[in-house]
Amino acid sequence: MSESFLRLEGITKTFPGVKALDDVSLDVRPGEILTLLGENGAGKSTLMSVLSGLYAPDSGRILLDGKPVQLASPADALSKGIGMVHQHFMLVPNHSVLDNILLAIDNLTFKLDRAALKTRVAAIVSDLGLDLNLDTPVWKLSIGQQQWIEIIKLLVRDTRLLILDEPTAVLTPQEANKLFDFLKKLRAKGSSIIFISHKMREVMELSNRVTVLKKGRSVATVTAGDYDTSKLARLMIGEDEVPTWSKVSHAQPNVLVSVHGIEANNERGTRELDDFYLDIYAGEVLGVAGVAGNGQKALGEVLAGLRKPINGNIRLRSVDVTKDWGNGKHFSIIGHVPEDRKAQGIAPDLTVDENLVLKSYKAPEFCNFIFQKNKAIRDNAKVQVERYDIKAGPSGAKVRVLSGGNIQKVIIARELGIKPELLIALYPTRGLDIGAAGFVHSVIAKAGETGMGTLLISEDLDELLKVSDRIAVMFRGKLVGIVDPTKTTREQIGLMMAGEAPV
Amino acid sequence: MKLLIQKRQSQSALFNLMTPLLCLVLALIVVALFLVMAGVNPFAAYRDVGIEALGSAYGLSETLVQATPLIFTGLGVMLAFRMQLWNIGAEGQLYMGALGATWVALFSGITSTWLMIPMMMIMAMILGGIWAAIAGALKARYRVNEVIITLLLNYIAAGIVKYLVYGGWRDPKGYGFPQTADFPPNAILSTYFDTRLHSGFWISLVLAAILWVFTEKTVWGYELRVIGNNPRAAQYAGMNIQSKTIFVMFLSGALAALAGFAQVSGVVTRLQDNISPGYGFTAVIVAWLARRSAAGVVIVSFFFGIVYVGGDALKITYKLPESFINVFQGMLLFFLLASEYFVNHRITLVREPKTPVAV
Ligand SMILES: Nc1ncnc2c1ncn2[C@@H]1O[C@H](COP(=O)(O)OP(=O)(O)OP(=O)(O)O)[C@@H](O)[C@H]1O
Ligand SMILES: [Mg+2]
Repeated sequence: MSESFLRLEGITKTFPGVKALDDVSLDVRPGEILTLLGENGAGKSTLMSVLSGLYAPDSGRILLDGKPVQLASPADALSKGIGMVHQHFMLVPNHSVLDNILLAIDNLTFKLDRAALKTRVAAIVSDLGLDLNLDTPVWKLSIGQQQWIEIIKLLVRDTRLLILDEPTAVLTPQEANKLFDFLKKLRAKGSSIIFISHKMREVMELSNRVTVLKKGRSVATVTAGDYDTSKLARLMIGEDEVPTWSKVSHAQPNVLVSVHGIEANNERGTRELDDFYLDIYAGEVLGVAGVAGNGQKALGEVLAGLRKPINGNIRLRSVDVTKDWGNGKHFSIIGHVPEDRKAQGIAPDLTVDENLVLKSYKAPEFCNFIFQKNKAIRDNAKVQVERYDIKAGPSGAKVRVLSGGNIQKVIIARELGIKPELLIALYPTRGLDIGAAGFVHSVIAKAGETGMGTLLISEDLDELLKVSDRIAVMFRGKLVGIVDPTKTTREQIGLMMAGEAPV
Repeated sequence: MKLLIQKRQSQSALFNLMTPLLCLVLALIVVALFLVMAGVNPFAAYRDVGIEALGSAYGLSETLVQATPLIFTGLGVMLAFRMQLWNIGAEGQLYMGALGATWVALFSGITSTWLMIPMMMIMAMILGGIWAAIAGALKARYRVNEVIITLLLNYIAAGIVKYLVYGGWRDPKGYGFPQTADFPPNAILSTYFDTRLHSGFWISLVLAAILWVFTEKTVWGYELRVIGNNPRAAQYAGMNIQSKTIFVMFLSGALAALAGFAQVSGVVTRLQDNISPGYGFTAVIVAWLARRSAAGVVIVSFFFGIVYVGGDALKITYKLPESFINVFQGMLLFFLLASEYFVNHRITLVREPKTPVAV
C-alpha cells in the first residue's frame, strides 16, 4: 500500500455539553476505501464534517500531501479535492437534474455553455450506467436517484477523496450493489473513498481498512484480512455483550386490522396500491418484503391514517373504520415509524423531551386539562433515553443536533412508548448500529405479548427472516403472496419480489 | 488570512438577547447620521426624545398610550408568527375592529353600561378575526400565500372605514368632518389623572399575560410550536393543520382588532379614518424584535411607544418631517434582517498556515 496523502491529527470537537471528537487521528491512502465504523453518536458524521470543511475543529490539524491546511468551507474543501455526500441531501427540488449539477461547478462563466456542459454531464451519467433524464426536476426522483446526483456533483469536480455518510441507508439492495460496483471502479482508478455504514456485510465487502470510533475516540484501525465481523463488533462495542434473544411467536388467532381491496395513489397521482388485501393478526409481526417503490410507503401511510384510500376499506377488529381512520381518531393506537424520519418523524427545533411526547402530548399522563405536565414530560424522557440508550446530549438539547441513529431511536422510543395496538414500522433499523438494531428487534418482538400487531416493512431480508411471524411480499402495489419465514428460502422470496407468484 | 464562515450550531440565550439590542444601537447611529445631515445635533435630539417620552408623568403616559395598540397588534402578529404564518394585515384588522366597536357604540341600540364595553370588544374581535381568517382559510384550503392576502385586505378595510365615515356614518352635526358622532359615555374607556392613558392599556397587559401562558404552558402552544417547526411532523402526529391555520389567523386578527377598539373607545372616542399611524405595520417589527415571545412584545411595544412620542417631539421642536420615524423603523428592520445572518453563522478570521505554492 502506498503512503497516505491525507492525515487528520488529534482532532477535537466539542459541542455545548458534548465532546463529539476527542483527539481523533486518521489517515487516508490513495486508491483505498476506508470505512468508518462506530456506534450511533460515536462521532463519525462529525469527523467527516470536519474533513469536508463544514465544522472547524477545536484543535488538531489536517495535513494534505504533508502540508497543514485550513478547510474554511465545503467549497474550500472541494477545491482541494475533498467532497462529501451527507446523510441528508442538499438539492434544489424544483430545479432539473442538470441545473443541480451545474450549481456545483463554481467557476462557471457568466455566459455558460449549457450544451457543452450537458454533454459532459451526460457522459458521466452514461459512464455510470444510470437511467437518469437530465431535464427531470429533482423532486420527481427517488431518494436513490437523488443520491446519485449528489455523487455526480462531486465527480464533475474531480475529487480525490469522496466521503459517503451512510449512503446505503436510503438505497435498495439493488441500488446499493450498483453503488458498490461504481465505488470499486473509482478505487481502481486511484481515487480514495471514506465510507460510513452500519451494515457489516457492506463493510466486509468494500473496505481496504477500517477505522473504529468509540465515544469520540479512534480506538483502532485494522486492515482487510485482519478482521472478521465479530472482531469489528467487539472493537466497536467493547467487551459489552450484544443482547441476544430468540424469536417467540405471540400471534393470536384473531385479526386485528384488515386491509380490504385498497387502492391508493401517490402525490403525483400514480397508482401505488392496487386492490390490496392483507390481514394483520393481533400479536404477530407481519413482515413486508419488496423492492422499494412497490407500494410499501403507500401501505404504511394508508394504515397510519395519513393517506386516504380511493377505494376499499380498513377494518379494525372487523369494524369498518375507513372513514375516521384518516381523521385522527385512531392515532393514539397506531405507532408509526415513518420512512423519512427527519422530514416527517420529528420537529427538529423542539427538544428531545418534547419530541418524545409528539404522539401522546394529549394523554392524561402528560396533560392536565389544557396545561402540559412539564415534569411528567421530563421524567418520561429520562426513562426513554435510558431505556433506548439515546445519546441525547445535555437536557434541553434540540433533537436536530442528535446523530442520525439517535434521532431514529427517539422516534422508535416514542412510537413504542404509546403502547400502540398496531405498529407500522418502515425500515425501523435504518441507520442504527448493530446493538441498537438488535435491541429494537427484541422490543418489537416482545410487544407482541401484549397483543400489539406489527407491520414491519423492510428491504433487509435478514431482518425480516429474523423477526417476522409471516412475510408478505409486494410487487407493483399488489400482494404477491405470504410465506412462513421458517419454511422459505431467500431465493424464493427474491423471486416473489420480482413478481413471480409462489408455487 | 481568510474569512471562515460557518453555520452556528447553537445560539446562547445571551446572544439572542444581544442581537436585537445591537441592531437598535446601529439603527440609532444611522439615524443620528441623518439627523446630522438635517442639521440637528443628534445627542440633543435623542436627549429630547428621552425627556419627552419618559421625563415626566405625562410623557410616560403618552408613551403607554402609544404602546397600547402596539401590544395588541404585536401580540396578534406574534401569535401567527409562531405558526410560521405571516400576518402583515394587522393594520386592516385594527380598522375592522374599530369599525365593529363603533357599530356597537353608536348603532346597536345597546344602552346597558356593563354590556357596552364587552360587546364592543367582542364585535371588534369578530370582525377583525374574520378579516384575518379569510387569509387563513385561503391558505388552508388553496395554499394561497397569506402575506399577499392580508396585505391586500389592509387597503380594503381602510377603504370601508373611509366609505362609512365619509358616507352613512358621518356625524350630521360634525360640520362635515369625515368622522362619526362622539361615542356615548358608557362606550368610552376610563382615563386616568387628566392624561390620555386609558384602561385599554391594562387590558393589553392582561392579554399579554394570558397569551404567554397559552403559548408557553399549554398543549395548544405546543401544537403551534410543532406546526410552526415542521408541518409534516404535525400532520403525522395527528394535528389538524388546516383548521389550526384558520383558527390561529382568526385569533391573530381578533387580537389586532382590539387595538382598533382601544383606539376608538379609549383615545379618539369616535371613528375617523386616521385612527392609526401604522401601528399594524409596526407590529410586524415588534413581533420580530420580540423573538415571538408575549413578554417581549410588551417590552418592545413600550420602546416603540417612546419612538412615536419622541418622534412627535422632534417634529415639533426641530421641524423634522414625520418620515424620520419611518426611517428609524426601516433601519431597525434592515439591521434585524441582516443580523439573522450573523445569528446563524459564525465568522472568524483565520490565518492560513504558510504553504509553499504547489504547482
Ligand atoms: N451540531 C451539534 N450540536 C450539538 N451536538 C452535536 C451536534 N452534532 C453532533 N452532536 C453530537 O455529537 C455526537 C456525535 O454525533 P455524530 O453525528 O458525529 O454521530 P455518528 O457517529 O455519525 O452517529 P450515527 O451513526 O447515529 O449517525 C452525538 O452525541 C451528537 O449528539
Ligand atoms: Mg452520522
